[in-house]
Amino acid sequence: MDLNFTSEEREFQNEVRSFLSGNLPEYIAAAVRANHGLTKDMMDKWHTILNKRGWLATVWPKEFGGPGWSPVQKYIFEEECCRAYAPRIVPFGTNMLGPVLQKFGSRAQRDEYLPRILSGEDWWCQGYSEPGAGSDLASLKTRAVLEGDEYVVNGQKTWTTLGQHANKIFCLVRTSTEGKPQEGISFLLVDLNTLGIEMRPIRLIEGGYEVNEVFFTNVRVPAKNLVGQENKGWTIAKYLLSHERTGIAGVGFSMQALEEVKAISAMIKRGAKRLIDDPLFAARLALIEIDLEAMKITNLRMLFRAQEQGAPGPETSILKIKGSVINQELKDLARRALGPLASPFPGHVNDGNLLFGPPDTAFNAACYFNNRKTSIFGGSNEIQRNILVKTILEL
Amino acid sequence: MDFHLTEDRRMLSDTLNRYLGDQYGLEHRNSVAYEAPYYDSVKWQELAELGVFAALATEKDGGFGGAGGDISVVFEALGKALVCEPVLPVLMASRLLSAAGKDQSGLLDGSIKYGFALSEPDAPYDISDITTSADAFHKVTGRKSAVYGAHLADRILVAARREGQINLYEVMKTDAEIISYGMIDGGGAGEVLLDKSSADLILQNAAAAVKDAMNAGVVALCSEAIGAMETAYEMTVDYLKQRKQFGRTIGSFQVLQHRAVDMLTEIEQARSITIKAAAELGGPDASRFAAMAKNMIGRAGRQIAEEAIQLHGGIAMTWEYGVSHYAKRIIMIDHQLGDTDYHLARIMSDLSASQVDKGSV
Ligand SMILES: Cc1cc2nc3c(=O)[nH]c(=O)nc-3n(C[C@H](O)[C@H](O)[C@H](O)COP(=O)(O)OP(=O)(O)OC[C@H]3O[C@@H](n4cnc5c(N)ncnc54)[C@H](O)[C@@H]3O)c2cc1C
Repeated sequence: MDLNFTSEEREFQNEVRSFLSGNLPEYIAAAVRANHGLTKDMMDKWHTILNKRGWLATVWPKEFGGPGWSPVQKYIFEEECCRAYAPRIVPFGTNMLGPVLQKFGSRAQRDEYLPRILSGEDWWCQGYSEPGAGSDLASLKTRAVLEGDEYVVNGQKTWTTLGQHANKIFCLVRTSTEGKPQEGISFLLVDLNTLGIEMRPIRLIEGGYEVNEVFFTNVRVPAKNLVGQENKGWTIAKYLLSHERTGIAGVGFSMQALEEVKAISAMIKRGAKRLIDDPLFAARLALIEIDLEAMKITNLRMLFRAQEQGAPGPETSILKIKGSVINQELKDLARRALGPLASPFPGHVNDGNLLFGPPDTAFNAACYFNNRKTSIFGGSNEIQRNILVKTILEL
Repeated sequence: MDFHLTEDRRMLSDTLNRYLGDQYGLEHRNSVAYEAPYYDSVKWQELAELGVFAALATEKDGGFGGAGGDISVVFEALGKALVCEPVLPVLMASRLLSAAGKDQSGLLDGSIKYGFALSEPDAPYDISDITTSADAFHKVTGRKSAVYGAHLADRILVAARREGQINLYEVMKTDAEIISYGMIDGGGAGEVLLDKSSADLILQNAAAAVKDAMNAGVVALCSEAIGAMETAYEMTVDYLKQRKQFGRTIGSFQVLQHRAVDMLTEIEQARSITIKAAAELGGPDASRFAAMAKNMIGRAGRQIAEEAIQLHGGIAMTWEYGVSHYAKRIIMIDHQLGDTDYHLARIMSDLSASQVDKGSV
């Protein structure tokens, strides 16, 4: 056993660091640091920079233009990106649809869509969830009926993250009501500019706007946009889910958050004392630091196993559960540390030169509330536990 | 022993709950709470006419209540409806004006609004950390932070230091610079910037009076939290009964049942410690029990707010669904008048003091 990076891995780490310091625009890093929503331009810009270096589609195999990294290299890259306050890449095209098309797509689909994902010409969003189909995704109802060489789609998707920036959506649709619900689902690519589609914003708890509802009324989609076979979409959905799992623990983001809380609590004062010297606050922070230190190794152990076995196993649900909770705890501390200064509505007191707490903390409370989502989406922590119960405990 | 509300309090509670139920729906509340001036002047006047403010003051001061139980009844109802008008400063100002022997008829009839400026950027919770100071001519200098209701206040009561002790000053809004803002959980506040601002010294050596106002404020916030927690809990249980996934109501999953039961248990405990703190208000142990109550509310509040969201799933993450606003208020109560850890430290030092002569050192 050796917990150290090899010399090649360290060399790689240095290469990533120098790339980031030379190429990550300061105004973008500043927006990430401030926990302030990024503009579409910023996301596009970073996408383009990464693509130019060949480091955008890190999960793609070499034959499709990926860098051919090992899981450890991917981990190093993610960690360094977090350290440098690089934005998360928008995952829907690059990390989700890309691998799906590579495995299940037709030649024509791959040729058409993969280059457009890399170039940023297409911005994809994910149309899985519906008002009635959340944890129980297989109960989805949005219908697609084949008429000639077109599917006619009717129904509603919801929670569509960043759909407001997207021009395309990949959907799970119902093409059959026979048999088990999983057996009548298909995977369909839809152009959002088609007649009959309406997108409406959903405002989130803290006031921000990142998710949407999408309504489909007699939307005509070319049959060639079906990925894989009709009624075999569930297999694709499950494959995509397993792909979502690398980086699921969000270790890099938690490391970033830990450093932020340390810095904040060294600047905040309670009387003459720094908050970080308050034993109760320090105890909270120390406990999370211990959890995170362990999580780094748990994460690497599972990555290592995935590398050996060729695919991540069900135990990665542990990463989702514990990783999200660690991150939420840190956001709790970042809010708590500010005391009464956490109360202004985000953005209300940005102007003027009156400081409210340490720099880049104006969104701390908002961020805490927004981050409650991480234990809900992508399979809630309850659903993750059910997976572990079935697959590992075999109860 | 009798845990029933007195007849008067029950009537007050019924009247207030009925009024808020009819006139203060969440849609109205949200339309007011998040946009300047973050309050509704008509509702403010109606609350005054209902006797809500007078219920917070003693008869001697022109009210008809002022005991811990009165405060609890009022604030629990306000919490249930998520009232965003700044009633807390009415309570705290009433106790301070009473200690100073000042007339408070304008406060109680709603015509004069007060803010109580206590917190500072480096003194969020503890009055011994206050650095805002006054000179011999009662000119006050310092920054007071997150002053609830300062955005509306006609007058600000300021706790400031003079020759080592805490005095209480009254500053007219025109003599201070007030930077107003809305809050993440709705309602408004302000930073109060004082720079040799003219003030009236209304109470010298005011530490005990300030402590009493804070204890009363803590009872109020704990009661408000209980009203809000109970509502969030009820909405959650209702949703568990309605929402279907996997062909059954999600309330049929035992793991969710147990977690809803844990919410109930914590709310019962929180209610009990708040009753205790309310009963001790004004007595020698008021600070100790206020600290216990606020600590427990901090812990229970976080659990109830987070579980209410989690058990709902995505829908509770939305602005449109009411639980999100309850969750925000419940969590942010921990940022007022001392957080979970601040009050825990207080109980820890009582512990240590209680054994001071014992054991080996
Ligand atoms: C901010 C945000 C962004 C999102 N982005 C997207 C997106 O881009 N695309 C997309 O398709 N979806 C997206 N989602 C949807 C997300 O995947 C769903 O919210 C999630 O699957 C949960 O579904 P639900 O919200 O309907 O909750 P429900 O499934 O109704 O769950 C409610 C509660 O019941 C629990 N529960 C359900 N079933 C069980 C069970 N069998 N045992 C025990 N407990 C159970 C859940 O854990 C939860 O606590 C997003 C959600 C959020 C909040």
